[in-house]
Amino acid sequence: MPTLRDIRKKIKAIQGTKKITSAMKMVAAAKLRKVQDNMLRYRPYATKMQQVLADLSGAVETRGDVPPILLRRPIKTVEVLVITSDKGLCGAFNTNILRAAHKEINRLKGEGLNVVLSVVGRKARDYFKRRDFALKNVWTGISGRLQYTHAQMIAQEMINAYVTEAVDEVVIIFNEFKSVIAQRVVINRLLPIGRIDATPTEQPTFIPFTYEPRAPELFAMLLPIYIEIQIYRALLESQAAEEAARMTAMDNATKNCDELIKKTTLIANKVRQASITKELMDIVGGVEALKQSEG
Amino acid sequence: MADKLKLEVITPYGELINEEVDEVYATGAEGDFGVFPGHCAFMTALRIGSLSYKKEGQMNYLFINRGYCEVLNDRVLVLVGSAERVEEIDVERAKAALARAEERLRKAQAGETDIDMARAQAALERATIRIQLATKLIPR
Repeated sequence: MPTLRDIRKKIKAIQGTKKITSAMKMVAAAKLRKVQDNMLRYRPYATKMQQVLADLSGAVETRGDVPPILLRRPIKTVEVLVITSDKGLCGAFNTNILRAAHKEINRLKGEGLNVVLSVVGRKARDYFKRRDFALKNVWTGISGRLQYTHAQMIAQEMINAYVTEAVDEVVIIFNEFKSVIAQRVVINRLLPIGRIDATPTEQPTFIPFTYEPRAPELFAMLLPIYIEIQIYRALLESQAAEEAARMTAMDNATKNCDELIKKTTLIANKVRQASITKELMDIVGGVEALKQSEG
Repeated sequence: MADKLKLEVITPYGELINEEVDEVYATGAEGDFGVFPGHCAFMTALRIGSLSYKKEGQMNYLFINRGYCEVLNDRVLVLVGSAERVEEIDVERAKAALARAEERLRKAQAGETDIDMARAQAALERATIRIQLATKLIPR
């Protein structure tokens, strides 16, 4: 039976843990707010750029010059880009994405395709290394200090691989931020670019633009930006989802601490009562014995 | 015809500029160009370089990354991966980046194969332009 002192010590320890988890929850909440702010500020750039590209693709398609990254070809090799976090303590965030990625890779292999794997985040790197997967590209250390240049760098790699026909398709797997309590694993095709999604411009469709260089070349120059935009969005989403998952996980941990403290306090009280009762009995016993010896 | 241009510079980090200006100059894919009020509808890709605009008789300079520019109805829309005002350029950082890029290029020429030439060259270009912009234009 543990002594009262041991139990009190244990309560103290749990209280310490609770302080840490609730602080971590607060930090995650602050970071989440920051990422959400970044997402909001990113939106005008992304939507305008998509619109421009959609308009341009309309202007170009009629002429029949198709840039190489729009061209489809029979698929033999698929590159899979998996986005995870660098740090843990965020619940099932990484487990979910890695399980989905692994399943997708097995599915692609089952179809007789070659799979090339690139990862963002330490968690994905460790997971796939442990399972002896060859990793083509590994990017770590991004999640805390995400910049648009990271997306540009990754996009450049993917486009190179596609244009040189090293791979015939690129898919991206990441966690989408749905709400603070829900993340969703998303699998999207990055390359080849199918159709550019954008809401049609409110401008009249026919404007005699002067293009410099000519529209097809301009379109080809700007198309990589479409990939950048999608990768940056995925990185932002993943970051927001990560912080949200961490927030929820730390909230649960804090609640569990509360429960443990309650239970342990109950035990402590019982032990204290038991010892008081025992002492009382001793005293009463002693008094009785004295009475008898006197009488 | 309006006698002012509306200049909007939008980056992934938000809107950097949204102002009424008199003139805009930038480096397009096929050379420098200037925009005055009443310009025709125009679309181009922007190179790494500078973008300048005149407002109330005062020239202002920006460093811009690759991007896109559209002129329509006296509105100049600039979409770039990153942009910074010349006053905000960190010259020390640019110089460090320049040294790094030069080092990488030298190694590549010496036969090291695992160096990405294109990236080193792009870094060199960015750093050079940043330094040029910052040292030439700001009176110190």
